[in-house]
Amino acid sequence: MNNKKRSPLFHVAKRAALPWYKSWAIRGGAVLLALLACGLITTLVTGEDPIAVYVSMWEGSFGTSRRFWVLLQNIAMLLCVSLAVTPAFRMRCWNLGGEGQALIGCLAAAACMIRLSGKLPNALVIACMCVASILAGAVWAGIPALFKAKYNTNETLFTLMMNYVATQLVAYYCVVWENPKGSGQIGIINPNSQIGWFPVVGGQKYLLNILVVAVVCVLMHIYLNYSKHGYEIAVVGESERTARYVGIKVERVIVRTMLLSGALCGLAGLLLVGSTNHTLTPTLVEGRGFTAVMVAWLAKFNPVWMILTSLLLVFLSRGAGEIATNFGLNQSFGDILTGVILFFIIGSEFFINYQIKLTKGAGKED
Amino acid sequence: MDNKIAAVTMRNITKRFGPVLANDRVWLNIYRGEILALLGENGSGKTTLMNMLSGIYFPDEGEIAIDGRPVVIRSPKDAFDLGIGMIHQHFKLVDVLTAAENIVLGLEGKLDLKAASKRIREICGAYGFEVDPEQKIYDMSVSQKQTVEIVKVLYRGADILILDEPTAVLTPQETDKLFAVLRNMRDDGKAIVIITHKMHEVEALSDRVAILRHGQFIGDMPTKMTNAQEMTNMMVGHAVTLNIKRPDPVDPKPRIEVKDLTVRDIEGTVKLDRVSFTACSGEILGIAGISGSGQKELLESIAGLQPVESGSISYIGDDGRREELIGKDPLAIKELGVALSFVPEDRLGMGLVGNMDLGNNMMLRSYRSGRGLFTNRRDPYKLAHEMVDFLEISTPSVETPVRRLSGGNVQKVLVGREIANAPSVLLTAYAVRGLDINSSYLIYDTINAQKMRGVAVVYVGEDLDVLLELSDRILVLCGGRVSGIVPGRGAKKRDVGMMMTKLGGNAHEQ
Repeated sequence: MNNKKRSPLFHVAKRAALPWYKSWAIRGGAVLLALLACGLITTLVTGEDPIAVYVSMWEGSFGTSRRFWVLLQNIAMLLCVSLAVTPAFRMRCWNLGGEGQALIGCLAAAACMIRLSGKLPNALVIACMCVASILAGAVWAGIPALFKAKYNTNETLFTLMMNYVATQLVAYYCVVWENPKGSGQIGIINPNSQIGWFPVVGGQKYLLNILVVAVVCVLMHIYLNYSKHGYEIAVVGESERTARYVGIKVERVIVRTMLLSGALCGLAGLLLVGSTNHTLTPTLVEGRGFTAVMVAWLAKFNPVWMILTSLLLVFLSRGAGEIATNFGLNQSFGDILTGVILFFIIGSEFFINYQIKLTKGAGKED
Repeated sequence: MDNKIAAVTMRNITKRFGPVLANDRVWLNIYRGEILALLGENGSGKTTLMNMLSGIYFPDEGEIAIDGRPVVIRSPKDAFDLGIGMIHQHFKLVDVLTAAENIVLGLEGKLDLKAASKRIREICGAYGFEVDPEQKIYDMSVSQKQTVEIVKVLYRGADILILDEPTAVLTPQETDKLFAVLRNMRDDGKAIVIITHKMHEVEALSDRVAILRHGQFIGDMPTKMTNAQEMTNMMVGHAVTLNIKRPDPVDPKPRIEVKDLTVRDIEGTVKLDRVSFTACSGEILGIAGISGSGQKELLESIAGLQPVESGSISYIGDDGRREELIGKDPLAIKELGVALSFVPEDRLGMGLVGNMDLGNNMMLRSYRSGRGLFTNRRDPYKLAHEMVDFLEISTPSVETPVRRLSGGNVQKVLVGREIANAPSVLLTAYAVRGLDINSSYLIYDTINAQKMRGVAVVYVGEDLDVLLELSDRILVLCGGRVSGIVPGRGAKKRDVGMMMTKLGGNAHEQ
């Protein structure tokens, strides 16, 4: 038998926990590498100057004060949906229905604005909108939760399917409430009376949303890390058997957490309709229910880190759009760059958890 | 023996897992025609060392030679090609296939089950195995499955066999049978390594012992030249006493009364059949039985985790009040004022949360006591610190996830938490499974201390020697029924072993 096999050149070994500054140095290095790689791709594929491309990306988010506010507003809304799905994710319950839950919240808010305008004073209409949206979101998440708790159905598929139901419902009502007739669209609701429009805070249209989401973020951080509910969520997520062993009612925790998740998605929908857009379309949530999954995972379900990860994703997507217009490239090129950058950032986690070691003294013979 | 060429020579083997040095420049020789017992405490690197021989891990440094020739083992296949076969603690068999099908699974060449069965019978005949090649795995007992694993390795031509704690799941009779087979294989010139914690097995079976401590090779010697005390001292690094204390019961009064308890699992199989017994305060009731005889269901029924078909479980308080426990979940039992602690068999899957740190795991029992909506985080961490000192838990900090700790330390965390809330009933399942001598004795002492406090202890064990030394009374389960209840003092291992395999043991025949 010939045993002249060579020892492997290197092998992968698990690292001990790195101090925070080293792990952030690795992440920072990954971003730099990503920018280099993107620059290379840009020059090779389009012949454009990569520096100019990056400048234009930056301008897309920070170029004017208006752009900056839009950036903040987009971060706030994405963060809101991300915060909403986080309690469920911490419970290892994959709520992919954030999109539908937020959209159904939009529908409920718009319904109040359209049907109650003129019948109730403005303040009451707004109160109704708040209650209706949050309830609608909670119901939309509660249905799959009940089935999961009772019959152990798969929440991933169930919540995903609920998205389509929500989208079609909204599409239907867009025709029912179309304005003007025949347009198939709702347009701005109550443009003159401004009934159901949320008040503008501090002279800035988007400030209200940003403040609300900031408060939600802090509360969520406290809820998940310091409350009894948060602890129960973590235990159920790690091991249902352990949860039962200490007397936690697992079914109740699942339903309760999903209701909270849905209610916060409903809140996002409420803000989108009542405060920002004042209209209803089937695409109003703009896929945030899905982007939120990435935001939450990248931040390892930590509400405070989610501010950073949603900033990153919003910045990248706005930058991509900006490149497309400025350089006459299509949107896909911006998306390629976004993909490359995310690849590096996610890949860097591998190097934080593992190290590559060269094999010492291999293949020596005596 | 010195002039023989070693079948396996391991030189200067070093293996690190992150910052943990699992093996530190280990030298080890394995000879043909010899049974080598590899001894060491938990985390001393025995299994890691053997895994490198069988191709599961690759050493960071060092060399391995087979019959004097240096080799590189990069995968289990390389190991097989060199005639090295390992039988792991957890069997790797496909339940729905027959023994023969499992044995040839993954082998190259034409599939000829008839020829395979014939060769399997030859192997069995040569060494004294009892395997029916046509029997399905799911119909087999644990010991039969283990036999299939051994035959599988032999079928592939292994002549260097490694067995990782093979007797952990066997009855005394099955262990004797296994040992007879291993001796036959040794006489046939095979090299055999057995990893075990049980000293009497080392003395009964092995020709030579090698001892590891903290990843380092401490020494080896012929078994005849040493004794259990010396080996233990070498493993632990200092002198230890090897007697389990058995103080007399303190004022035993009925605490848990189980009557006609019947339990079926989801498939409708009867797991417990009209089980009746009483557990008294200040007493250790040992539960003996082949694994899967209903021990798990029995403890989980008392703890409120197992739906019960019929029967009753009463808790009798010091003041004489009776509480029915059936139909109540753990929280309801707690709210009745019954301080019931349970150390389950599945430590990380049930008793603890592996990804949470020590403090958070302590909190599992106490998190409801926090004020208002919030958890009290300070007390559990204080408790964790106390437990680390009291039970000598070796951990980098109380903020370390428990899954990073070794088996013995995980168990200490669990036992520590369960005794911390001053139980009146303590249920333990395989409290020392996989624990080394030092940790085991610490657990026995802790359990005894609870007994002296007047706690009713139910101790489900697998090591009969320990059960016989520790328990005041022993309840023997056989196929979900009570085979007998005998006093622990004066009970004979053989009798209890018989009761485990046959209802009532030999009592009727004599």
